Amino acid sequence: MDSTRRDFLKIAGLTALGLGAKPAADAFAAAGGPRMTQNPQALKAKRWAMVINLKKFKESGKEALQRCVDACHKAHNVPDFGNPKDNIRWIWPVELAEALPTEENQYLHKFHEGALRDFPVLVLCNHCEKPPCVRVCPTKATFQRQDGLVLMDYHRCIGCRYCMAACPFGARSLNWRDPRPFIKELNREYPTRVRGVVEKCNFCAERLAVGKPPACVEACKNGEMAFGDLEDANSDVRKLLRDNFAIRRKPQLGTQPQVYYIV
Amino acid sequence: MYNSGKVIIGIIIFLAVFALPIWYNRGAAVVPPKLELPKDEKQCVEATAYMKASHMEMLDTWRNSVVRDGARVYVSTTGKTYNMSLQNTCLACHKTKEKFCDRCHNYLDVAPDCWDCHIAPEVKLTGRTK
Repeated sequence: MDSTRRDFLKIAGLTALGLGAKPAADAFAAAGGPRMTQNPQALKAKRWAMVINLKKFKESGKEALQRCVDACHKAHNVPDFGNPKDNIRWIWPVELAEALPTEENQYLHKFHEGALRDFPVLVLCNHCEKPPCVRVCPTKATFQRQDGLVLMDYHRCIGCRYCMAACPFGARSLNWRDPRPFIKELNREYPTRVRGVVEKCNFCAERLAVGKPPACVEACKNGEMAFGDLEDANSDVRKLLRDNFAIRRKPQLGTQPQVYYIV
Repeated sequence: MYNSGKVIIGIIIFLAVFALPIWYNRGAAVVPPKLELPKDEKQCVEATAYMKASHMEMLDTWRNSVVRDGARVYVSTTGKTYNMSLQNTCLACHKTKEKFCDRCHNYLDVAPDCWDCHIAPEVKLTGRTK
């Protein structure tokens, strides 16, 4: 082999670097510095999903709907501006035809007329598997977590409202005004938002992190809503979906919503 | 130089006016703010020197970890665990932000916008606070 001094120095340098790197790496690993982990009580899932049972909601009456809405809005300091133009909504009731347009399901429509028409349906962020809002966000303020939750980083939101235009479900609201004076009852454990950011349902990520189910699910007394891991065959949501006929909002758009409605 | 007398006098007057704040405050010692420390807790999340110098970076990592990764528990250098929350952990000890956060921030003329969203204890709901 034709070895020059230059080659020798190169190899010698690399060797010295390698020998030096090992103890340095060991020292860092052994330092035991601060680290960040999950709460051991946190609820974990591969893909979170929600099931809303419209039949049960009809049995329980309209108070049950309002109870869910109030529980959510109270837990998350959602303001009430008192006019529909400015209003912020995380979860709210709409007419059946608006929530589940049934052009594709002719006979389902007839079924609706018989059983469930004239009763409002709760709608919220669908935490789509392919969220269009995440794709359009220019600052990555909205993002999808590993477990399927589509969340907001309010620190990053610049209020451009691209996500609101992209969301086919109208699940997002912009704070046109300072929300603080319009919060009726303050939950001091949760932050508020500021003027100029978009907000939406977060599937109660902060509650899941301490082992609690979402506030709306907890507010349901007769199991009108269920929450669980879609990838776990023994979860509540999978059982419900196995035994009942369920549809989703606007599935033809291909966003794969993760909120299922039992009709 | 043309009109050198006037120009030089002009420069001297300019410098005198420009340096006025320095002359005006000469000799006056600026008193650093005195922070009110929590009475029932001796040790912060990390060492005091580190907290003084780097609390903003720490809060930034906390923020990213909680919001984006969902990891909400901080294991400190001493091995103690804390819930990473400005509102619920920091402010649980530092009960009045006016006597702790604000004193230093006002002294240094920095205005972090934490409190636009996060609720400090005893804060009134009147919109933006400094």
